[in-house]
Amino acid sequence: MTRIAGGLIDRNTTLNFTFDGKGYTAHPGDTLASALLAADVRLMGRSFKYHRPRGVMTAGSEEPNALMQVRTGGRQEPNTRATVAEVYDGLEAQSQNRWPSLAFDALGINDRFHSFFAAGFYYKTFMWPRKFWEAVYEPIIRRAAGLGRLTREADPDAYDKGFLHADLLVIGAGPAGLMAALTAGRAGLRVILADEDFLAGGRLNAEAGSVADQGSADWARATVAELAALPTVRLMSRTTVFGVFDHGIYGAVERVSDHLAAPVAGQVRQTLWRIYAPHAVMATGAIERPIAFDNNDRPGVMLAGALRAYANRWAVVPGQRVAIFTNNDSGLASALDLQAKGVDVVAVIDSREGGELLPGIRHLRGAHVVDTSGRLGLTGITIDMKGRRETLAVDALGVSGGWNPNLGLMQQHRARPDWNDQIAAFTPARGPKGLMAVGAAAGEFSTLGALRSGAEAARAVAEALGRQAPYALPKAEDQAYRIAPLWAVPGASRAWVDQQNDVTVKDVKLSHQEAFTDVEHLKRYTTLGMATDQGKTGNLLGAAVMAELTGQSIEATGQTTYRPPFTPVSLGVLGGRSQGRDFKPFRHTPSHHWAAEQGAVFVEVGMWLRTQWLPRKGETEWRQSVDREVLATRKSVGICDVTTLGKIDIQGTDAGAFLDRVYANTFSTLAVGKCRYGLMLREDGMVFDDGTTARLGPHEYVMTTTTANAVTVFRHLEYCRQCLWPDMDVQIISTTEAWAQYSVAGPNARKLLARLVDQDISDAALPYMGCAEVTIGGLRARIFRISFSGELAYEIAVPARYGDGLIRALVAAGEAFDAVVYGTEALGVMRVEKGHVAGNELNGTSTALNMGLGKMVSRKKDAIGVTLSGREALLAEDGLRLVGVKPVNPADAMKAGSHFLKQGAAAVAENDDGWLTSLVWSPHLGHYIALGYLRDGAKRMGEKIRVVNLLAGTDILAEIVSPHFIDPEGERLRG
Amino acid sequence: MLIPHPLLGLRDAQEFVYMGDAALIGRPDGGDIATLHNYLYLRDNPAGEHRELWYHEQGDRSWLVVTRNTATHEILGAELARDVARAKGRSK
Repeated sequence: MTRIAGGLIDRNTTLNFTFDGKGYTAHPGDTLASALLAADVRLMGRSFKYHRPRGVMTAGSEEPNALMQVRTGGRQEPNTRATVAEVYDGLEAQSQNRWPSLAFDALGINDRFHSFFAAGFYYKTFMWPRKFWEAVYEPIIRRAAGLGRLTREADPDAYDKGFLHADLLVIGAGPAGLMAALTAGRAGLRVILADEDFLAGGRLNAEAGSVADQGSADWARATVAELAALPTVRLMSRTTVFGVFDHGIYGAVERVSDHLAAPVAGQVRQTLWRIYAPHAVMATGAIERPIAFDNNDRPGVMLAGALRAYANRWAVVPGQRVAIFTNNDSGLASALDLQAKGVDVVAVIDSREGGELLPGIRHLRGAHVVDTSGRLGLTGITIDMKGRRETLAVDALGVSGGWNPNLGLMQQHRARPDWNDQIAAFTPARGPKGLMAVGAAAGEFSTLGALRSGAEAARAVAEALGRQAPYALPKAEDQAYRIAPLWAVPGASRAWVDQQNDVTVKDVKLSHQEAFTDVEHLKRYTTLGMATDQGKTGNLLGAAVMAELTGQSIEATGQTTYRPPFTPVSLGVLGGRSQGRDFKPFRHTPSHHWAAEQGAVFVEVGMWLRTQWLPRKGETEWRQSVDREVLATRKSVGICDVTTLGKIDIQGTDAGAFLDRVYANTFSTLAVGKCRYGLMLREDGMVFDDGTTARLGPHEYVMTTTTANAVTVFRHLEYCRQCLWPDMDVQIISTTEAWAQYSVAGPNARKLLARLVDQDISDAALPYMGCAEVTIGGLRARIFRISFSGELAYEIAVPARYGDGLIRALVAAGEAFDAVVYGTEALGVMRVEKGHVAGNELNGTSTALNMGLGKMVSRKKDAIGVTLSGREALLAEDGLRLVGVKPVNPADAMKAGSHFLKQGAAAVAENDDGWLTSLVWSPHLGHYIALGYLRDGAKRMGEKIRVVNLLAGTDILAEIVSPHFIDPEGERLRG
Repeated sequence: MLIPHPLLGLRDAQEFVYMGDAALIGRPDGGDIATLHNYLYLRDNPAGEHRELWYHEQGDRSWLVVTRNTATHEILGAELARDVARAKGRSK
């Protein structure tokens, strides 16, 4: 045990957890990393490519190495950073990317052959044969170079999405963030303080300083307590702001239950928040960077600030003999903190020349660490003092190459950061409007500087909102930060830049040698910064090494683009509740409950659930039900719910003129009490939609659209009305949900309806294509004598709330006629038998002429799409035409998706003569029938062609016929 | 993104449907094939200020003309498309 005194952990409670099956203990406040370090576990993982033994490197979300698989079963999660995972009682963690065990990993052999595995190795080696790419090479490489594994089980937990609004969003609860939130909160602003950590304070918890004459961590606790009591402040811990979006919208994930074995009943695992905040401060602190030197990746080599954090916050020292390697003052502060904790600081290796020496510590100036030893954990370091070498036995080394302002969020909108020589790092610049950087994130590295910039930002925001926000700064450390940049120590072996993706200084050199010198090329060639940590610790180091090679400045070399998310976001929380049955809402038709009672089979049509067919007792196969529904309808009468068709009420003195402009055919001449089939085009001349529109009064029409286009047609009509002809007196409203509508079709349709409708609906009173407002037992209803099936047919509509009553009344009245209720399959069979076009034919690339409806396009007026439908190529005589297709041998089963070919033509694209659009079994005719688009189809009636489907392996001889298979003269529907 | 609806104030862009260049308002009613072809297909695609049509589908069904900088997403204003159309002399 290497626990020391102090720390922000609750020693009164002991938690048990396992790592690779072995039991360990922890305390509340521990992370997986701190608890393992406390148990002297340094080896925590294997590297991505070389399978090098790795330990923890950082104490935060930037961790590249200590990635673990946590939990089991459906909750198993790979690539969990041990440095941020809170230990709960019973936690189970597994190391990753090793076999058979972490200490002995067979693929550690990769490390011996490292010269073969340099950057670009895969691109150069696994090129031939091409068919091996996906079949052989990729699976092998993926197995060898890997991270954790996904569980194959369903995630048992729920995830939520939520929306929040604030005057000021504060991102990060370190000194700058706390001070900003406090200043704004005291002034009464609505403040959200989001912090990725479970304990607010940031570096105040990691360093043994003082603020306002108390310990810095104590000041953080007191400040949080005051914030919690302020009525307009919302504290959100375990909440990572991962993305900055346009106009003050921020994405954040709150890990509600990640610190528990399982969510408390009724709670979610995580919540995705969309935060609207016109002002935000980025108080995200700074991330310490490593220095590259030979074998700088051994377990026990850490960032100096992380060593300091483990000692102060978690009371853990990851070694008995510690050394610090630094190029800046913060490394010295870390050494002093550790020494004050009673840790044996063997030496401070300071790359800078001259200057004062630390008292009571072996402080070497102008020295470098040049190599390390220890296979599974650090045992010693070799230092170089101007040519004089010495080996020190140490088991922990803290490295500080300086600090990078954590500016990713600010640069997500592609602005390039500024270079600051003073701190040898990039500082944020020109971020999105409303977002400003404060504290260390802005390059203010002293505690007082951070407090001041946080308070100052909050005061400015308050002022912008017309409020005063005075503040008094607490007493705090205000030391200058001095750094003399050192990036890479020259060496003969390998020095790591990006530990997670195993990118070394040599790889950067190779990239330079092969002319991939731009940082974006460097990234893609070496995979620098492409791992799950997105290069938080290594990116700048890699750019700096490249800058040394090219002789350019680091500023000119630049940084790669920052993109959301800041840290990995689970797909579960992005999906939220939208999964399984709740993936999208369902719309139920008015007959849904009745149909469900009857055991109907439903089909999704857009968001609607429609009855697909209604099986009867003894029917085991869908075709039995569909054939029965079709035959019974054609023989007597069938009922179908057609509520899902779009219905649009169109009113106003210009309603008729308006319809003339949105339909290719004419509606202003339609008599009151009549319906007409309408064809709507897009401006490019292709058919957009079709449907029947009825004239209920001189200035009142009701349009129907296809189910699929109900929304887009309405949007189009609003566009025409508002943008094109703004002064037309025409009002529209969607009434799709307002009316329940049923089709009643078949020779006995009139007799059935006559039993329900109060008025005379004889052929004389309501002829074909007539419509009327009627009553059913006194209830207002609309009746339209229109037909999709080709039978004598009506559509009857009542206010939607009576839809359930009407289906039951229709079925009851239909008993005398052996009426059936039919679903969308039977509907489809009958419309193909009748030769009506539907979705398969209205495919967005077909004109009225293609559909055989060319005569409907009136050239006497200007309507949307009419002019461009007259383009030469669209009028080609030998273009595609809608035809009917039937097999020469009635026993042949044509396949959907088939193409047409002339007899004797090879089945190649040049010989394509068109394709089959809709295929059904016609129980009436006793064989398959189809519709299709055939080249020059109108002139090829009676021709025998081949219906070929290369995927299904069918090649069937068929005859081209009229698309009207049933009742071509239309005698039935006029009956 | 947030769109400053002239009647309803700032609304989330998710409530809207995007259509594209507001030049579509200038439909050459009764024009010949060449005129309509140019109207429909030949559009500017500026990196910078762009006037475009947005439809408040999950709102009040207004078509808006939104002026947006396509390079920065900054929104410089929003008007009712009906007003824009009338100002261009469109009527019936």
